[in-house]
Amino acid sequence: MSDAASIAAFTDTADSMEIIASGQVQPGRAPGGREPDAQQLLALYRTMCRIRAFEDAAELASRGGVAAFGQAVGTTAQVRGPLHLSTGQEAVPAGVCAHLTPSDWLTSTHRGHGHTLAKGARLDGMMHELFGKATGFCGGKGGSMHIADFSVGMLGANGVVAAGIPIAVGAAHSMAIQGRDAIAVTFFGDGALNRGPLAEAMNWAAAFKLPVLFVCEDNQWSATTKTAAMSAGDGAAARARGYGVPALEVDGMDVVAVWRVAAELIQEIREGHGPRLLHAKTYRFKGHVSVDPASYRDPAELELAMRGDPLVRARKPLLAAGVSEAAIDEVMREARDEVAAAVASADAAPWPEPGAAYEDIQDTGSGRWQN
Amino acid sequence: MAELMTYAGAAAAGLAKAMQADPSVVTLGEDIGRGGIFGQYRGLLERFGERRVIDAPISEATIVGAAVGMALTGLKPVVEMRVIDFALCAMDEIINQAAKNRFMFGGQGRVPAVIRMPNGIWSSSAAQHSQSLEAWFAHVPGLVVLCPATPQDNHAMLRAALDCGDPVAYFEHKELWALEGEVDEEAQVPLGKARRVREGSDLTLVSWSKAVHWSAEAADTLAAEGVSVDLIDLRTIWPWDRDAVLESAARTGRVLIAHEAIQTAGFGAEIAATLAEHSGARVARCGGARIPVGYSPGLEAQARLTPQAIAARARELLRRA
Repeated sequence: MSDAASIAAFTDTADSMEIIASGQVQPGRAPGGREPDAQQLLALYRTMCRIRAFEDAAELASRGGVAAFGQAVGTTAQVRGPLHLSTGQEAVPAGVCAHLTPSDWLTSTHRGHGHTLAKGARLDGMMHELFGKATGFCGGKGGSMHIADFSVGMLGANGVVAAGIPIAVGAAHSMAIQGRDAIAVTFFGDGALNRGPLAEAMNWAAAFKLPVLFVCEDNQWSATTKTAAMSAGDGAAARARGYGVPALEVDGMDVVAVWRVAAELIQEIREGHGPRLLHAKTYRFKGHVSVDPASYRDPAELELAMRGDPLVRARKPLLAAGVSEAAIDEVMREARDEVAAAVASADAAPWPEPGAAYEDIQDTGSGRWQN
Repeated sequence: MAELMTYAGAAAAGLAKAMQADPSVVTLGEDIGRGGIFGQYRGLLERFGERRVIDAPISEATIVGAAVGMALTGLKPVVEMRVIDFALCAMDEIINQAAKNRFMFGGQGRVPAVIRMPNGIWSSSAAQHSQSLEAWFAHVPGLVVLCPATPQDNHAMLRAALDCGDPVAYFEHKELWALEGEVDEEAQVPLGKARRVREGSDLTLVSWSKAVHWSAEAADTLAAEGVSVDLIDLRTIWPWDRDAVLESAARTGRVLIAHEAIQTAGFGAEIAATLAEHSGARVARCGGARIPVGYSPGLEAQARLTPQAIAARARELLRRA
C-alpha cells in the first residue's frame, strides 16, 4: 500500500464513521448505545478549536525561535526552542479526555499542548509557559516540552520519547495501592512503539491489571522518518494484544469515533478489567518542530490528510444535531479570541527572576550550595 | 536500646519502621518478595503484604518510572535496582524524570523516592556487577546521594532518605551486607553530616562506604608508626560535609581521600579541588585504577583498594614538603 493509499484507508471511511475494529467490538457502532448529544458535540468541537487556535498562535510566535532545519535562531521570537505542534491531531485528545475527570491522571509527549488543554489546563497559563514567563504553569522552567498542570491531573509533557508511559503506569499502580478510583491515561506517538519503556510498561500494567489507557497517537512520522519504514509487525494494537491488553483502532481524524471508542475502553478500565490500548490513526499537519518545513514528505500525502481535517469533519455531526453554521463558526471565533488574549497577556507578563533558577531543585543540598 | 544487626538486617528493620509509621511508604523491585537477593527486604512481604511490597518484573526503567508516577500521586516508594550496574537501564528515569521533575514543572510536584543501588566490587562478579558509580549521581542536580558504611547508618540514613522528600540515590555496598554492628533504632543521622570515625592530628583521611573500613585499618597501621589520623566517613556524597573536611584540613594540613570508585573523575576529585580552592592543605587521592573489574582473583585485585595502598599513599603525603 502506498503512503497516500494508507492515508486514504482511514480518511475515506469518514462518512460511515466505521473504523477498522480489530477487537471484538465495532467501535463505530457506539458501544453501549452512547452517542454524544449536541452539547457534548459542541464541547468536543470547542476543545479542538482551542487546540488549533493555540497551536496556530504558538507557531506564529515561534518563528526564528530555534536553530534547526537550516534556520538560524533569531532574537525576536516570543516562543523559543523546539516547538512540537499537534495541528491536525486535535480529535484524539478531545475525544479521549472528554471522558476524564480532574482526578484522573495524564502523561503526555513532547507534542503535548493538545493533551494538556483537553485535560482542562488553563490556556493562558500554558501560553505564558511557552513564552517562558514567571506566570506560566512551570514558572518558565519547562516551556513547551514540559507543559503541565498537576492541579488537573496533567503530570507533564516529556522531552524523552516514551518516558511518560511508565510514569502513568506508576500513577495507576498508586491508585490501586491507595484504593482510589482514578485511572491514568498516557498518550504517546507511533515512534514510541519502538522504545523499551513502552514494552516494559505495557507488560507491567497487564501483569498488575492496572487502570491505564494507553493511547497511541499515530501521526505516521517519527520526527522526520516514516514510522512504517522501520517498524515490524502489525502496529500498536497487535503489540498490545501480545501482552494480553485488549486494543482497538480508530480513525483519529474523527472526533466522534474517538469519543465512542474511548468511552468503551475507559468504561472497561473503570470497571476494573485492567489496561486497554487505543490506536488512533491521525496525521501531523506541520513538521516535526514548528520551523521544520517537512520537505521530506510527499506534498500529496499532506494534501490528502488535510482534506480529512478533523475540525472540518466535526461540523457534519454538529449540523446533524441541529447546531447552526453560525454557532459552529462562533466556537472557533471565541477560541481565536481567547488565544489572542492569552498571547497578549503572556507578552506583557513578567520574566522569572534569575534567582528562580536555583529554586525548586531539592531541599537537601539545593542549588546555591556552593561554587 | 541498641541491638546487634547486620548491614542488611538494619536496612530491613529501618524500612519496616518507616512502613509501619507511614502507610504511604511502599517498596518495589525484583525479588524483594523473597527478601531481596541480599536479604535487605527480609520479612517485609509477610508483614506488609503484596500491595506495599511489590515484586517487579525485570524492567528497571519501569521500576523507576512507575516509582516516579507513584511519588507524584501520594506515595513514597523505595526502589530496588538490585545492583548499581542494572540501574544503568533506568538512567533516563533517574536522571531525566525523577531528578528533574520538581524543577522542570516549576515545583508542581515532588518525587520523594529512594532508589537503592548496591555499589562496589562484589567478589568474582566481574565487570558488570562490580562498579562504584556514586560520582555520576553527585553530578546531577535534584538528587541526594548517600553511601552508608555501617549498620547504624544504613538504618538511620534510609529513614532520613525517606523523610527528606527529595529523590535519593542510595548506595549500599555489595560486600557489607553481613557486617554486624550495634543499631539504635531511634538514632537519627542528619543528611549532609559526616561521621568522625577517629580523631587525629597528623593527617585527615576522608572516605565513604566500604572504603571507610579499609581506611580504618590503614589508620591502625599508621598509628603503630606514630601517625595520628583524623578519619572522616563522609556518608553523604551530596550534599557533602564540606565544613567537616575543611575544619579537619585546617588542623592537620594534609588530606588523603580514599574511595573504591575509579579515581579518574571520582568524587574525590571534587573534594580535592575544593580543598585546593579553599584551604592550604596538601592533598592526595587513592582510588581505583581506570580499568573494568576483571573476574579472575588476580585481575579483580588490581581494581580493589586495600588498606596497604591507602597507608602507602598516606606515607607519601606525609613525606611531601
